[in-house]
Amino acid sequence: MTAELLEQELHAYVDGTLPEARRLEVETWLATHPADAARVQAWTGQNQSLHAAFDAVLNEPLPLSLVRATRRPIMTMPFKTLTAMLAMLVTGLLGYAIGLGSSGLAPAAPAYLARDAAIAHAVFSPEARHPVEVDAAHADHLVAWLSKRVGTQLQAPDFSAQGFELLGGRLLSGETGPVAQFMYQDRIERRVTLYVRRAVAGNQETAFRHATENGVDVFYWIDGDFGYALSGQIGRQAIQRLADAAYQQLVTASAKP
Amino acid sequence: MRARPDLIEHLPRLRRYARALTGDVNRADDLVQDTLERALAKLDLWQPGSDLRAWLFTLMHNLFVNQIRLRRPQETVMEDALDVPVSGGQMEALAARDIHEALARLPEEQREVLLLVGLEQFGYSEAAQVLGVPMGTVMSRLSRARERMRQMLAGEPAIKLKVVK
Repeated sequence: MTAELLEQELHAYVDGTLPEARRLEVETWLATHPADAARVQAWTGQNQSLHAAFDAVLNEPLPLSLVRATRRPIMTMPFKTLTAMLAMLVTGLLGYAIGLGSSGLAPAAPAYLARDAAIAHAVFSPEARHPVEVDAAHADHLVAWLSKRVGTQLQAPDFSAQGFELLGGRLLSGETGPVAQFMYQDRIERRVTLYVRRAVAGNQETAFRHATENGVDVFYWIDGDFGYALSGQIGRQAIQRLADAAYQQLVTASAKP
Repeated sequence: MRARPDLIEHLPRLRRYARALTGDVNRADDLVQDTLERALAKLDLWQPGSDLRAWLFTLMHNLFVNQIRLRRPQETVMEDALDVPVSGGQMEALAARDIHEALARLPEEQREVLLLVGLEQFGYSEAAQVLGVPMGTVMSRLSRARERMRQMLAGEPAIKLKVVK
């Protein structure tokens, strides 16, 4: 190996972009070259430190000014959107729903649930190295921790019959308090997320609903005080099968004493 | 209206990158705001089907570079000022104590590469595209950034930095 090639491969090793065969060769090399091994270890540590230092930004509530900046300037907005925005300003429900173009005065909470869940899915599911805060190896701890934060006994549905394994989960902050997100992955690394949060007060129980938000399919429902939303880009039917399974399991679990 | 891509889902990552890049909450969000404004103004130029995230990061990079160019004289003074009161001129005090400080001491072009690859998980060629430089340049900047960070975080005196100043 030339020095330059080796250097490149060491970086690719750290960044997890080497093909499997190459990765094993680099590992063999590192076993007998302690100086390189020390560098690789330090670089890996840097990546971890960067995530530890800055991943929290992903969970911060989005500043309103920035959410507004993702929309067309107010003057060019259709009148309907503008009135909906004003309605939301009046009702104080700002959140990141500005410009959504909701029709009524009181925005239907489930629609927000679907949208927020789809955003959380889009933000976290592409994270290759840190998709979850707590991994599935600590599933019991994960469920207990999220349950405590969210304020209800949660359960991570089992999707193994549908070919999806639990990757882990994370805690997010939402409009109505803490949010739990469980992430699942199948054999070809497609990911789906289950988003659980306390429902907006006064919310009616809803049946199963479907929405498409920026290409993400979301099935969502409200059960008691909590809203659930399953998001993914694996095709509407596939995600519906998972949502059915989740619904069955969660309802069965909550029916138990 | 429906077909227009939604920028909101990219907000959290743009904010994370800007925060790490500038080291300052307000400056970071200002940078994100400018990026979004430019993105909306130029959205018609974006090719549907191409990577919207990479495009947004490219816009942010261009804005950041312009800022640096404008701020340069001012900022050098500030950095010097920061370096002066270091505890009795002890060498080890110049070593970065944590990742934030180490990042701040990294030259911007190296910081960008380190963050795009190490934090934002862009591939090397994607990072090259975002930054508008050849891939070889990305690799050499990445190498230098990581080695410099290693020295700083290991608590070695930042002798090179001192000499440059």
